Amino acid sequence: MSDARSFRHGIHPGDHKELTRERHIERVPFPREVVLPLSQHLGAPSHPVVEVGQRVHRGEKIAEAAGFVSVPLHASVTGTVTAIEPRRHPTGRLVDAVVVATDPASPQTLYGEAPLDWESMGTAELVAAVQDGGFVGLGGAAFPTHVKFSVPEGKHAKFFLVNGAECEPYLTSDHRIMIEWADAIVLGIRIVLRILGAEKAFVGVEDNKVDAIDTLRRRIPNEVPCEVIPLRTKYPQGAEKMLITAVLDREVPSGRLPIDAQVVVSNVGTVAGIGERFAFGKPLIERVVTVTGDAIRRPSTVIVPVGTPLPHVLEWCGGLTDDTRQVIFGGPMMGTPQATLDVPILKGTSGVLCLTARSVQLRREYPCIRCGACVEACPVYLNPSLMGMLARAGRYEDLLGLHLMDCMECGSCSFVCPSNIPLVQRFRVAKGIVRERQAREKARREAEAKPEVAA
Amino acid sequence: MNDRSHEPGPRDATSGAAHHLVIAASPFVRRDVETPVVMRHVAWAALPATAAGVWLFGLGALVLVAASVLGAAGAEWLVTGCRPWRETPVRDGSAIVTGLLLALTLPPGLPAWMACLGGAVAIVVGKSIFGGLGMNVFNPSLTGRAFLQASFPVAMTTWSAQAPGALLHLHGDTFAPPLASPHVDAISAATPLAQMKFEHHLSAVRDLLTGSVAGSLGETSALLLLAGGIYLAWRRFLDWRIPLAIFGSVFAVAQGLHVMDPSRFPPGLHQVLSGGLVLGAVFMATDPVTSPVTPRGAWIFGAGIGLLVVAIRQFGGLPEGVMFAILIMNAATPLIDRWTQPRVYGTGRKAS
Repeated sequence: MSDARSFRHGIHPGDHKELTRERHIERVPFPREVVLPLSQHLGAPSHPVVEVGQRVHRGEKIAEAAGFVSVPLHASVTGTVTAIEPRRHPTGRLVDAVVVATDPASPQTLYGEAPLDWESMGTAELVAAVQDGGFVGLGGAAFPTHVKFSVPEGKHAKFFLVNGAECEPYLTSDHRIMIEWADAIVLGIRIVLRILGAEKAFVGVEDNKVDAIDTLRRRIPNEVPCEVIPLRTKYPQGAEKMLITAVLDREVPSGRLPIDAQVVVSNVGTVAGIGERFAFGKPLIERVVTVTGDAIRRPSTVIVPVGTPLPHVLEWCGGLTDDTRQVIFGGPMMGTPQATLDVPILKGTSGVLCLTARSVQLRREYPCIRCGACVEACPVYLNPSLMGMLARAGRYEDLLGLHLMDCMECGSCSFVCPSNIPLVQRFRVAKGIVRERQAREKARREAEAKPEVAA
Repeated sequence: MNDRSHEPGPRDATSGAAHHLVIAASPFVRRDVETPVVMRHVAWAALPATAAGVWLFGLGALVLVAASVLGAAGAEWLVTGCRPWRETPVRDGSAIVTGLLLALTLPPGLPAWMACLGGAVAIVVGKSIFGGLGMNVFNPSLTGRAFLQASFPVAMTTWSAQAPGALLHLHGDTFAPPLASPHVDAISAATPLAQMKFEHHLSAVRDLLTGSVAGSLGETSALLLLAGGIYLAWRRFLDWRIPLAIFGSVFAVAQGLHVMDPSRFPPGLHQVLSGGLVLGAVFMATDPVTSPVTPRGAWIFGAGIGLLVVAIRQFGGLPEGVMFAILIMNAATPLIDRWTQPRVYGTGRKAS
């Protein structure tokens, strides 16, 4: 498609989406238990409101939001709470989790929720209903959705962008959602347009998903101000900033948020979930996951309760091959490698990528030859070549001057580097150190300020 | 070198096999091109011009190439600690490319021991003392050549006449023993640039393209060099902006001078196609280590080289200025990079 829009720079990794592109969303039998970490979103972990031994129903709230940038958590199965204890989280840490043993006799119907009459609700009520549903960005970052929808005083969301780019190789869950759940997406778009008071919605879809573009175009009624925009297939087309640039030809100011460019962006899966939230009263208790890679016997698109243990999903997909070497949550560009299979699927788990030794690339690092491939790949126009050297030398002040904090860690620089330098990893570490220093500096200044106030 | 650790995984309940899961940093997919591959392709791209050199100047040219590569690779192996083949940096191919490119700039009749010494100096003085691959300021091959030109000015400016196809014909002093005083008795010839400068004689453009002129081992055939350059640009192994900027600025400046005074200044096309310009523009100036990283910097770098080449050729004492032009711009590269940092997304002009 020659009229497809895009952004400058970026990379073209092999997409491997053929493994699951045609696999319909399958509902997996309920697991014996679910493990629901209290921290599945960016922001404060939620507070449990259930006790061990208590019976909970599918869709019932089991933890409350801890503040504005936080969301509640719901039981994803009907059963009994067997433990609230630290469990292994896909990020590698131990995180407090509510463990619910599934009641095998339960019909697993949804807990006392009913459709919400969204057309008669006010903005605040709608936003509250989104937060109450436990919604976070399903594209992977898991940022609480209602926070994005709460447009600050003095700012205006002119456009709502629905992110159907799905630029990560291998992943096809958004692709399947757009084809199979188009109506839920349309309803979600109408509701969000109402919440934001936005003029128009756009759905950005990469042009390797022509069938999704056609389906959405057919299903969007004329009276809904929403346009489907084909995007050139290029990574990281699905990054918020790149999507905004591609669709609207504007940039988000450095260090600011999309709302500063009068835009709010949400993933298609999130929008479909919001549609279902209002149509059936269903909170975020399950999600679509692409299970793929050359190490899984039957690559599939599945819908599973949040908290489903990974082995349960793998088993449904035929199990791992004996030469499995790597299991990744998310896609191959920005995903998180797993050290153990004893982890649950989270709200933000868009895919499980299983790779054999053939696909695992552990390469030798060579010196930087300053070829500039990273400079021509970086979608935010940084100079990763120079920054990589500064990061290794620990020159963080200089890095800040080169806009280190604008790095969104997409990994394009590492992908193209012929010397296999772990550039994005160096930037992640550098950003962590800078944030730590800034926090310490702030704490020190506050500590110094206090005695003066007392005196 | 590798900051990845291996951690044994647990027994997997689903298949019964113990999976040893690897923990690494994302991204988990990489482009297939690695630095040694880039080096290999640069060497391949230089092969047609090298082969033409051998055809025109005999097997002595091949000996010269071998000596230069041996000097460079041997020096690299020595200064990096004589490590076994499995782990020596010689394997990344950069020293071999340095040696090969140096050989292409040498007079075909140069004694082989000088080429070998030049290769070693190129690596040690041109690269290793700066900290090895990626750290050097000046193009190593040209550093080696500059050393040879300063040390052996006569041998480095004695150009043998061509004898196409006469492979066994010995030109010059290829096998002269080290440090023996040169006894140049071969048929020597003037290069097109010397003819332009000192005799006001213009070579035919066709001869410049095909290489039927006197000159360095690998610089004579502009066509074969350009073919190598186009291949590298197509595979994205070199920054096409640099040669383009060089050709453009040499042509523009030289043609401008020619229009002003045709009797004194040769036409632009002659300037572009003669001497080491094509070789320098395609294979030397594009050395990524010593040229700017930023796209705008590449244009400035190339234009600067072009300007200096014409200035040295027309107003300097030497008939040829490509080597010094590139070395001077190498020195300016860090400054150019600093001036031409790309505009960061969300800053300046487009920030809404």
